[in-house]
Amino acid sequence: MAEPRPSAWRFLARDNDDPVKIVGMAFAVALGCAVVVSSAAIVLEPRQAAHLEAARAARMAAMLETLPGMAEVLAETGADSLSTYLVDLASGRIVPGADAENYDMAAVAADPETMVEIPPALDVAGLRQRAPFAPVHILERNGDVELVVLPVTGTGYQSRISALLALQSDLTTVAALTITGQGETAGLGARIEDPAWQALWPGHEVFNDNGEIVIAVVRGQASGPYEVDGISGATRTGNGVTNMLRYWLGEHGFGPFLQRLHTEGL
Amino acid sequence: MKQAIAQITAPLINQNPITRQILGVCSALAVTTALDTALMMSVALTTVLCLSSAVISLLRHHIPHVIRLIVQITIIAALVIVIDEMMQAFAYELSRTLSVFVGLIVTNCLVLGRAEAFAMRNPVGPSVLDALGNGLGYSLILLVVGSIRELLGQGSVLGVVILRPTDDGGWFQPLGLMQLAPAAFIIIGLLVWAVRSVRPEQTEPAQHRVPKARGL
Repeated sequence: MAEPRPSAWRFLARDNDDPVKIVGMAFAVALGCAVVVSSAAIVLEPRQAAHLEAARAARMAAMLETLPGMAEVLAETGADSLSTYLVDLASGRIVPGADAENYDMAAVAADPETMVEIPPALDVAGLRQRAPFAPVHILERNGDVELVVLPVTGTGYQSRISALLALQSDLTTVAALTITGQGETAGLGARIEDPAWQALWPGHEVFNDNGEIVIAVVRGQASGPYEVDGISGATRTGNGVTNMLRYWLGEHGFGPFLQRLHTEGL
Repeated sequence: MKQAIAQITAPLINQNPITRQILGVCSALAVTTALDTALMMSVALTTVLCLSSAVISLLRHHIPHVIRLIVQITIIAALVIVIDEMMQAFAYELSRTLSVFVGLIVTNCLVLGRAEAFAMRNPVGPSVLDALGNGLGYSLILLVVGSIRELLGQGSVLGVVILRPTDDGGWFQPLGLMQLAPAAFIIIGLLVWAVRSVRPEQTEPAQHRVPKARGL
């Protein structure tokens, strides 16, 4: 060769079956792809986070709108929204001074370092593990609890269902149930997201007089204050919602917190 | 020029990736419950297909034969992740409904198939045209299936109510079946049948023939 060529050209000129070329190309392609993927992730991250935040706020606002008399209560108390507390699920106590707004239950529950394992006997919602704390939204009026909004999650027919359950001041009457996330069968189970189905919930009661959790989504015609009409063709999604509420209102979920709120107040 | 046009139009009907080559059927089942998701999936897949064909064709002389599939998949996967991230940033609602299926473009046989069959052996220009043609052919079927399923399953097209469902005080009883995967199989099967009736040369010869019973 008359004149020396840069090493990159020499590398590319190697035979394609040469081991150096094989390893070199594999490395170069991997590096190139890694740079493209990570720069895309970093550049687009703020926009994605804004979407997620907006979606969460929109669901919360939509739920508040559906609550009967909510606007009046808010106007009366002067508060423009609910205050959010971080609750220690095991003791049922509010963690003072914690940053509840930004507590990501899903992330904490997925992290083996921070998650709490759910005993199989109690795991009716099929979750296996959960976060040790939960952000609870509470509306107060003159020091009394007017409304409690609990984040819940459970297993449906084919996806994880998450929802916000709002209870009235008696801590048993449902003020609203809003499904905030699901991936059930489109047209069947996914109809739990329909406002029409969610509108069935207000006024139902989750506990009976003995304090047992009796709320259930039933097949066919629902009757009484403890039964909600299921969606035909989506029995297992309905069961998933029932189990989700049974777990989260139970002794391993918000049970201790609701108990304490009932006897001691805030 | 004529050849370029032929390259784009051939995969629309004659060499359609879904009805002729029967590639990419799984994603065609999953995302066609409504027209808007089918549309978004078509755009995503066509983009990935064109970009991956361009990159792979550009590198074709330097991709060692023994690791070519891994190199192709790596390039395709990187592009898919970028597209997925872009959708989450710019089309958040649609990306939520498409969920995992955009990520699964990586495993779409159509993308790897065109990379292996065409882009590895041809210059960048024809490779991109071939990718565009196949992407459009895939999109065409997705849009047809998506329109039929949304119209019969929900009574609307692109969210615009055309047949007012009974839930809403109309007369149309939506067909729940249309929202399930088997409906896509049925519609794609009918499309294959229709195309092959019009163009009988597409029909493959029978591969297995049961030998006639000869008696003992």
